[in-house]
Amino acid sequence: MTAVSIRKVSKAFNVGKSNQVDALHEVSLDVKPGEFVSLIGPSGCGKSTLLRLVANLLEPTAGEVMVNGKSAVTARLDQDYGMAFQQAGLFDWRTVRKNIELPLELKGWDKGDRQTRAEEMLQLVQLPEFADHYPWQLSGGMQQRIAIARALAAHPPLLLMDEPFGALDEMTREYMQGELLRICAATGTTVVFVTHSIPEAVYLSNRVVVMSPRPGRITKIVDVSLGGERTEETRNRTAFFEAITTVREGLRGMHAAHVGLGNDNR
Amino acid sequence: MTTTVRRAAYRTFMFIVALALVVVIWETYKALGPADGGKLFGARVLPRTSSYAMPHVWDMFSRFNRPEVRGSDRTVFSAVLAGAWFSFRLSAAGFVLGGVLGTGLAVLMARFRWVQRGVLPYLVVSQTIPLIALAPLVVSWGGKLEVGPFVWPRWLSASVLGAFLAFFPIAVGTLRGLAAASASSVELMQSYAASWTKTLFKLRFPTAVPYMVPAFRLGASASVIGVVVAEISTGLKGGIGRLIIEYAREATGDPAKVYTAIFGAAALGLTMAGVVIVVDAFVMRNRPKESIS
Repeated sequence: MTAVSIRKVSKAFNVGKSNQVDALHEVSLDVKPGEFVSLIGPSGCGKSTLLRLVANLLEPTAGEVMVNGKSAVTARLDQDYGMAFQQAGLFDWRTVRKNIELPLELKGWDKGDRQTRAEEMLQLVQLPEFADHYPWQLSGGMQQRIAIARALAAHPPLLLMDEPFGALDEMTREYMQGELLRICAATGTTVVFVTHSIPEAVYLSNRVVVMSPRPGRITKIVDVSLGGERTEETRNRTAFFEAITTVREGLRGMHAAHVGLGNDNR
Repeated sequence: MTTTVRRAAYRTFMFIVALALVVVIWETYKALGPADGGKLFGARVLPRTSSYAMPHVWDMFSRFNRPEVRGSDRTVFSAVLAGAWFSFRLSAAGFVLGGVLGTGLAVLMARFRWVQRGVLPYLVVSQTIPLIALAPLVVSWGGKLEVGPFVWPRWLSASVLGAFLAFFPIAVGTLRGLAAASASSVELMQSYAASWTKTLFKLRFPTAVPYMVPAFRLGASASVIGVVVAEISTGLKGGIGRLIIEYAREATGDPAKVYTAIFGAAALGLTMAGVVIVVDAFVMRNRPKESIS
């Protein structure tokens, strides 16, 4: 069984109107359980739209999205995935602990179970001493770790992330990448990760999906095999740089094509 | 915490300074202004400075201590206090009524686009109707209302008019707050398959609190104004509004007296606002300190 199965999915906005936008055109992609897949591409390539289709926050115009062998709707209703956004989006009026408990509350867990799980999650993201702080008392990186803890609180098999580290500074960002890999390894979670950053995509992923705009489609899928566990040292390896180059060429090729097309528009 | 205390102390200080400044201006004009007032092309543009037109500030305050009517045991102070307390209760009832109505309307408008489109313009129009015109209507409608053992008490008309003024800022502020939740928080709740009601209580209302706080503060003072105006225009006995009319009638013989009732009305408004501020401080205690208002 695949974790995520996307079959010839198209998504258009404002269908039938003069301002119709074809955000995605017949995209197909399978994600295996435990796999880390990044979606990368320029703005407007539909990577966030694709993530939202998997999350069932949007309905496809055509095609089919399956999550854990269920339809995307059922998967959402069963809370089969957790989600994290660029803004940590923690609730200001709840303590860190209560923020992590939110999805469990909505699932109807009782208080004791919620507390135990929140405690576990705080250990996992290594912030147990901040349980009773309020989000606005935490740094951006800490807030994002709490957001990850919240997304994984109900132990969903799938984690969907939309540029979660986009608002962080470079140092914090690299640290968070390491943390995310450690957390995913510890929980065996499948991840679909949207990003703008090539090194980030390569460092984190088993596969990098390169997308292009107008209409949004997959142009290239790069397998990243860096051998063994990924550490800070991985960032210095030749294989790492080679993978970066391959992804960049994927993006460039498309860019060149677009510059060519772009001339008619001028 | 210390900065909060310091800021509060500073505000109190500035409030006293502003008050003292008003007294100084009043007394300076009284001492130096033309006795017959300032006239421009035959029209009087500045008030006369006689004690009948502008009593001394200390006369106003000392009037509190003297009997309400000659030979009575009851001081003006206790009369004003009783009147203010009466009006306070009516205003509180009006505020609660307006709060429930305003919040309810805001929720309906947030839930159903068509309700918002249909109702919001009428809410705006409703606030342009002069309260004075509406007051006798409410009294006569209320008088005809009888549901089983329930008979419309006269004071309820005043509360209803207070609510009429209070609900509007509350409805508009709450609506704005309910719509203020970020798109990604709404998506987050959707991703948890949370129902609209769950999203309302767990996300939208908490997000709305910083918007509701100033709205309710406005609503509180609006309900006081509504009640006092209603008391005056319907002649309801017992409240501070009635005292203002009664004392104003005696202005020729006892010019300081009406000011005591006016101070009473001001104190009433401040008390109402104070109650709301205390509640605000409580609900906002764990929020980030930069506020939106």
